[in-house]
Amino acid sequence: MVSAPTIRPQARRRAQPVAAPRKRTRSWSLTAVTTVMLIYTLLPLAWLFISATKTQDNLLGSFGLWFHGEFALFDNIGKTFTYQNGIYLRWLGNTVFYVVIGAGGATLLSTLAGYGLAKFAFPGRKAVFAVILGAVAVPPTALAVPTFLLFAKAGITDTVWAVIIPSLMVPFSLYLMWTFSRDAVPDEILESARVDGAGEFRIFFKLAVPLLSPGLVTALLFNVVVTWNNLFLPLIMLRDRNLYPITLGIYSWNQQAQTVGGDVVFNLVITGSLLAIVPLIAAFLLLQRYWQSGLAVGSVKQ
Amino acid sequence: MTRRSWIGWQFVAPFLAVFALVFLAPIAYSLYLSLYRTRLIGGTSFVGLENYSKAVEDPQFWSAAGRVSLFLVVQVPIMLVLALLVALAIDSGRLYGSSFFRISIFLPYAVPAVVATLMWGFMYGSQFGLISYLNDWFGITLPDPLAPNLVLAAIGNITTWEFVGYNMIILYAALRVVDPSLYEAAAIDGAGQFRIIRAIKLPALRGPLLIATLFSIIGSFQLFTEPVVLRTIAPNAILTYFTPNYYAWQLSVGGQQFNYSATVAVVMGLLTMLVAYLVQARAVRKAV
Repeated sequence: MVSAPTIRPQARRRAQPVAAPRKRTRSWSLTAVTTVMLIYTLLPLAWLFISATKTQDNLLGSFGLWFHGEFALFDNIGKTFTYQNGIYLRWLGNTVFYVVIGAGGATLLSTLAGYGLAKFAFPGRKAVFAVILGAVAVPPTALAVPTFLLFAKAGITDTVWAVIIPSLMVPFSLYLMWTFSRDAVPDEILESARVDGAGEFRIFFKLAVPLLSPGLVTALLFNVVVTWNNLFLPLIMLRDRNLYPITLGIYSWNQQAQTVGGDVVFNLVITGSLLAIVPLIAAFLLLQRYWQSGLAVGSVKQ
Repeated sequence: MTRRSWIGWQFVAPFLAVFALVFLAPIAYSLYLSLYRTRLIGGTSFVGLENYSKAVEDPQFWSAAGRVSLFLVVQVPIMLVLALLVALAIDSGRLYGSSFFRISIFLPYAVPAVVATLMWGFMYGSQFGLISYLNDWFGITLPDPLAPNLVLAAIGNITTWEFVGYNMIILYAALRVVDPSLYEAAAIDGAGQFRIIRAIKLPALRGPLLIATLFSIIGSFQLFTEPVVLRTIAPNAILTYFTPNYYAWQLSVGGQQFNYSATVAVVMGLLTMLVAYLVQARAVRKAV
């Protein structure tokens, strides 16, 4: 059975400075060995960037890890946005839409539910909790085909809802918010607000949400990644190219370029891929402080 | 004190409504579909467990299930050991620029599986890949990663690249919360680095490692995006029943065999749960 995590976010923040002054001699040899791993990680990203600077012709005849010929990055970016009447921009817009509604909605729903489970002893709470914890272990991909079959029956495949509704449910995000609600929102504050006569939802939005913000940012970031990067769900649900998110669009361009007689646009597949990863990488770099502590809370569960 | 009243339901209800719609209902509907069969002539009829006995004897299904099992047995340990080594290296405090390592090795997690597969697929490939250049430069003949006998390993490399950093961060986070006084006590006892790893750090990682293993097992059984995308580059090496998810997708979308597709999804879901349960039970028994 799952029991409570023993480490609280506040406790960790105090523990950190104590752990920091572990002084040890740094080692060049260990750094060198770990650098091998670093190169493995960064190599494909370097390849992607370098390749995005080449024209379609130069792509074929040049070494992938060095620049060759004309620096065509900006030209490629321009073509990516104008090819097929600028459909890339539409795909990007769709992805943003799915992310805002899907990941935003998932974060809102799981924050409400996590807070509800942590702060109210309502009848049936234990049953709700058991069912949801069981669901954490079931990956979204396992549900994709069954959900497709159901949605096909209901006639809502090939609509935006077919992509948005399944992404609204992320049990792990609920788990995270439950942990945070329990540890970061003191019951005394809630009690005194109740004595002052504030309504429960007002208390939630005015008092709890600000206290939950580190957890919220973590949950939101990971929900955004899952929605932004998803291919299976849109691939299975959508036929209409105008509804594609960016992942499915890039996949379809690559498919077209690999087909005999199709327009060969590998430079656009590559540049489109590069543009698609920039926002998420930027978000992870900018929000490091939040998600690293958020993940720490999630990982000590057991 | 937490408040005992029905108001909690108002907070939980929206999540539960979506949960019922996209979790319970699809599973129930798939179970229902798996008990029926639709024929062009004669319509839909109840066939009991006939679809299940068909799956049990289906060589394509078992080929797919066997492939992901092999993948799981090889790829998951390699990935988790690499993640563990990097987490220990970063936590040791002996690296120059350790936060740069931590962030950079995590970054692939932010890259969509489509893009990761395309990057690696292109690098593997003969058109603008790296393999042919390496062959020319060193006068060697490297095996083609996209050949049918190697393509599973090629996919294993892609998923390792995608998730090694994520697992590393989870393990690293667990190492950061180890009580520092344990290290001080170990130092007074004259324990070396490896002794500290064995006696303090690895026990602290038991729980997170179990979680990481479970999620990796589930991920392997549900393998889908990487083979689907790689098939556009290596159509001869990846068949439409490459993994169970791929097979279920082909059956439903390509073949319109909804009933059998639902059966395959149900069987695979049950197999995944069974393996996850066995791993967990074994880990718990070891710990006791």
